[in-house]
Amino acid sequence: MSVQLCRSAKTALGLVVIIFFFCRPAFADSQEGSSLHEHPESFGLGTSPTEAELAALDTDIRPDGKGLPKGQGSAREGKSIYELKCQQCHGLEGEGGINDKLVGTLKDGIFPFAEKDAPKKTIGNYWPYATTLFDYIRRTMPYTQPGSLTDDETYSLTAYLLYLNKIIPEDRVLNSDTLPAITMPAHHRFKNDNRTRSGQVL
Amino acid sequence: MKRRHFLKNMTALGTTSLLVNQSLAETRFPGPPASTTGTRSSYENPQKTLYGQMQTHGLTPLQDLHGIITPSDLHFERHHSGIPDINPEQHYLYIHGLVDKPLKLSINDLKRFPSVSRICFIECAGNCQDYFKKGPETSLQQVAGMTSQSEWTGVRLSTLLRETGLRKNANWLLAEGEDAALLTRSIPVEKAMDDAIIAYAQNGEAIRPEQGYPLRLLLPGWEGSSCVKWLRRLEVGDQPWMTREETVKYTDPLKDGSVRQFSMIMDARSVITAPTYPHQIEKGWHEIRGLAWSGRGKIKKVEVSTDGGSHWLPTQLQGPVLSQAHTRFNIPWQWNGNETLLLSRATDDAGYTQPMVQTLIAARGIGSLRYHNNGVLGWRVKSDGRIYYEIVA
Ligand code: HEC
Repeated sequence: MSVQLCRSAKTALGLVVIIFFFCRPAFADSQEGSSLHEHPESFGLGTSPTEAELAALDTDIRPDGKGLPKGQGSAREGKSIYELKCQQCHGLEGEGGINDKLVGTLKDGIFPFAEKDAPKKTIGNYWPYATTLFDYIRRTMPYTQPGSLTDDETYSLTAYLLYLNKIIPEDRVLNSDTLPAITMPAHHRFKNDNRTRSGQVL
Repeated sequence: MKRRHFLKNMTALGTTSLLVNQSLAETRFPGPPASTTGTRSSYENPQKTLYGQMQTHGLTPLQDLHGIITPSDLHFERHHSGIPDINPEQHYLYIHGLVDKPLKLSINDLKRFPSVSRICFIECAGNCQDYFKKGPETSLQQVAGMTSQSEWTGVRLSTLLRETGLRKNANWLLAEGEDAALLTRSIPVEKAMDDAIIAYAQNGEAIRPEQGYPLRLLLPGWEGSSCVKWLRRLEVGDQPWMTREETVKYTDPLKDGSVRQFSMIMDARSVITAPTYPHQIEKGWHEIRGLAWSGRGKIKKVEVSTDGGSHWLPTQLQGPVLSQAHTRFNIPWQWNGNETLLLSRATDDAGYTQPMVQTLIAARGIGSLRYHNNGVLGWRVKSDGRIYYEIVA
């Protein structure tokens, strides 16, 4: 009996050694180690969020316009909202404020941002998507009270800033159809980092 | 007993015995008893340097630290709308979008999943953004203090995505924080399934508020901005969202007129931590010490030059040498009293060697170095032993 126990203990030890041997490369490479235990099909933790819960949180907007709300606005309405809620930080007509410069354009084909003393990056010379402007303003501005703007106000402010940057005319009405149709001046310049695939190093 | 009373009584006792037979010089007094939370020695005062017009940065005092772990309260901070006050009982992580089964997870739910821990650095892509602007009287903290290292504990994101299932076109995730700015970044599903962690602990305790309490997305080796703090939501989609922080910010305009986007990996860098400004050294033996790390893997070697780059000497790597982690290096050095320039450069196990800044400028353009400037840093040793920051370009 005791001999047998001893033997099975030896076998078990052997197994452990074998398992350890096979697991070793994983242990050596990954700080987290490899898991000894298989995960169940599901841990059954958490609950299903309701549609309403998700809708309240999910305000993000994509370049194709997915996520844009109902509503509309143009630069004419945007101007007065801007003067009331944005100008104190971003300056008259988007320039000369204490915070980010929002207006600035460059001639076609000019893009000196990799050079010394490059101009400030602005909506008119650098932002690749107009939808990003709506998303960012509604999400993050005004800096001291983000979340306080209505959708119509956000469309209007987006239109005003695009108008000041000479991207749309003053009377263009922006809504969930017209906003994603705008092509920004620097759009074609943006490329995904593909250094790991191309073998380029720097 | 209150500590003050305790001390008073002890002093009274000591005074009595002193009168009897002992001189003050030989008498020892017990110090304060145990306390519920420790503090630093009153002789040590390492501090973050605050920075930014809206005080949105706190930089780690790398020159004052040892080993590879950054004390949690000295981990660098960078935020876009201040630090939110989040009650963990009311905080959930939502996962939805192109998944089979959307999930709402409480912090307790997350803690019941299999846990993992790893030590890795988090570095802001804008670290060293003022490389060319700083004068000689610049500390390492001021020029390169936006990198820190912790042990992070949490649950693998792949474990959670296995629960929700991923639909066929699931290529990107949007990670959203619950700060006032509701900061968002798009993350490739490939990275999420590879080594991403939903972290709830840092160096053994709950994550610090300024580091993302109660949840932070940890993407080992990737730029700090993508390691979204105060994480509340992950939406799965088939394309990136092109948020402001991945288009206008954290992108690299290149000399050819294109803009490199989603340059997430932090390339290899090393920094000498000592001697640096404002140290002053004496002639004789010193140890040059520093940290090196790479977002691509492990540090393979670090070389130091004590003559401005004419000769490079191999340094000793001090274990542990971990993947995507700050690694200590050191080398003994005898200073002969002559003025010189100290440099360091790291090579990782992917074969990438930290470039000189001129090489980066030649490849990308100087304006591009606003982010991802991992060029070699220099420290000028003057003949009086004072050390100053030097732009090596
Ligand atoms: C209290 C000052 C303040 C007010 C008021 C304010 N902003 Fe801002 N704005 C900022 C700051 C600071 C930033 C930079 C934030 C950052 O980088 O995290 C910013 C950034 C922006 C940007 C991004 C600029 C860029 O190119 O990256 C836009 C667009 C913007 N604000 C629009 C607005 C609009 C529209 C309003 C009015 C509804 C507004 N802001 C009100 C302070 C303010």
